[in-house]
Amino acid sequence: MTRMRLAPLSGLVLLAACAQAPDQGGAATGIGQATGPRPGTQEDLVANVGDRVFFDFDRSNIRPDQAPTLDRQAAWLQTHRQVRVVIEGHADERGTREYNLALGQRRADSARNYLIARGVEGSRIRTISYGKDRPAVLGSNEEAWAQNRRAVTVVQ
Amino acid sequence: MTKQLLSPTAFEALERVSLSRRALLAAVPVATTMLTLNARAQAERPVIDITRARTDPLPIAIRDFAGAQPWGEQIAQVITANLARSGLFRPIDRRAFLQDNPDGTPRFAEWRVIGAQALVTGRVDQQGDRLRVEFRLWDVLPGTQIQGTAYTTQAPNWRRIAHICSDAIYERLLGEKGYFDTRIVYVSESGPRDRRIRRLAIMDQDGENHRFLTDGTWAALTPRFHPNTREIAYMSYARNEPRVFLMDVDTRRETLLGNFPGMTLSPRFSPDGNSVILSAIRGGDANIYVVDLRTRRERQLTFGPSLDVSPCFSPDGQKIVFNSDRGGDQQLYVMDADGGNLRRISFGQGRYATPVWSPRGDLIAFTRLTRGTFAIGVMRPDGSGERILSEGWQMEGPAFAPNGRVLAFWRETRAQDARGAGYSSRLASIDITGFNERALPTPADASDPAWSPLIPG
Repeated sequence: MTRMRLAPLSGLVLLAACAQAPDQGGAATGIGQATGPRPGTQEDLVANVGDRVFFDFDRSNIRPDQAPTLDRQAAWLQTHRQVRVVIEGHADERGTREYNLALGQRRADSARNYLIARGVEGSRIRTISYGKDRPAVLGSNEEAWAQNRRAVTVVQ
Repeated sequence: MTKQLLSPTAFEALERVSLSRRALLAAVPVATTMLTLNARAQAERPVIDITRARTDPLPIAIRDFAGAQPWGEQIAQVITANLARSGLFRPIDRRAFLQDNPDGTPRFAEWRVIGAQALVTGRVDQQGDRLRVEFRLWDVLPGTQIQGTAYTTQAPNWRRIAHICSDAIYERLLGEKGYFDTRIVYVSESGPRDRRIRRLAIMDQDGENHRFLTDGTWAALTPRFHPNTREIAYMSYARNEPRVFLMDVDTRRETLLGNFPGMTLSPRFSPDGNSVILSAIRGGDANIYVVDLRTRRERQLTFGPSLDVSPCFSPDGQKIVFNSDRGGDQQLYVMDADGGNLRRISFGQGRYATPVWSPRGDLIAFTRLTRGTFAIGVMRPDGSGERILSEGWQMEGPAFAPNGRVLAFWRETRAQDARGAGYSSRLASIDITGFNERALPTPADASDPAWSPLIPG
């Protein structure tokens, strides 16, 4: 499924140093291409592109500071044309379960629409919402909530 | 997993016979008639009204039922626990009981001495695998029988008899229907918070007869009862497609409500049980739909670029209350059942969510969210008369008991560190006046309670 092709993204590698814990799969520890994860994998996405974007409280629009991550995801998906992804939408705990399920879905759709506008085929992107039920960070404070209001792109 | 299904015939086999005081005194055989439990005793003048009982709970003595044990003793214990939990009765400590005359007419003077205003007595007879339970409720001051009823059922069903007796006591003494012969369905939660296993579970309203309805392979959320109390609607992540399902809680057979596009969530049955109202998310917008259960056709009620969730019918089926961010943030809206005549009803401080209409029609319960705290409250359907019943770090999801007097909800405690230590999620109940908040016991963490109507006979 994975074609062994080096991603032409070397200029973007430096941007990928995020300290986020991935929702699944092991985090890549190094950035170096020689020893890095296999291109086109979740590990590659996490280490070299950024697998998630964050949202403001009760909002689902793509923030200007988050757009570059989706731009890189779009380019990465153009490179790895065999890859299909699911975008998982999430909310922080400071809301009700049902509303946050809808809000998480809207965030996932918002990220998906952005990628489609950047040329990724919609048929390659599924979405799902977990609302507030799968926090990435377990604390109950502003920092944790900011990291939990997210849309995470997961390679299928 | 325990799988103790009561056969439907067990419900139907419940017989009820009226007992006159004369019949007790003379011990004449009483004629047996089959009566459905819906045909509850005709309301007579209550002994005490609920408002007074809240400040001054009614002192009641519940004697161990005579005859076959351990049932007689256990039935009295279940009745005692039910009445005590309601906050409206003060069961008298059995150690104060002077009289030890298991059968026959109570010696009322001795019950007056210990302050009992009402007295419950009974007798259990075992007939093979069946129990015949006589239940009598006495007004101690005049020394009269308020009610006498005999129930027959299969022995494993004895708890229902105790709950039915509790409802009879509640209704005859307070003048309103009880809520003890009911069940609660909810989401049982286990495991670390970022990888929680969420299973549907069902239990009697006192936490007994607990059993799981789903195995946790896929998360399931927001279970709600059909008016017949045997079916539920809920959202399941089955095959990673979050959609609304239906389940028969006796057989645990699950069926997909329908193959509708997008995520479907927030299901709730209409009061007549013929349709399910829900929210469907398509193109980033969540709108309200009604699905007819016979045709499985959907009808869209709200339109536009908002998140409309948590719809709930009024008990007469004429109106719908729901939660929408159409005005900028989450507020409560009421509309006619056809989607017309929409208006906002919540105008207090903060955001409002999870509206649910009281079975009595007089109130809408909700969750109110402000930056610091969440709260459970009630308001009239026109939005007036808002009252907050309980406040805390996080709580949500009020669900009415069938008499509209008590709410169940869930309450979360805040994580104390970055690993989430100290976090918990538990069920609670509270009187609609805000008094008598209590934990609803569950084996593990819990959320999303829904209260069944009274179980039909």
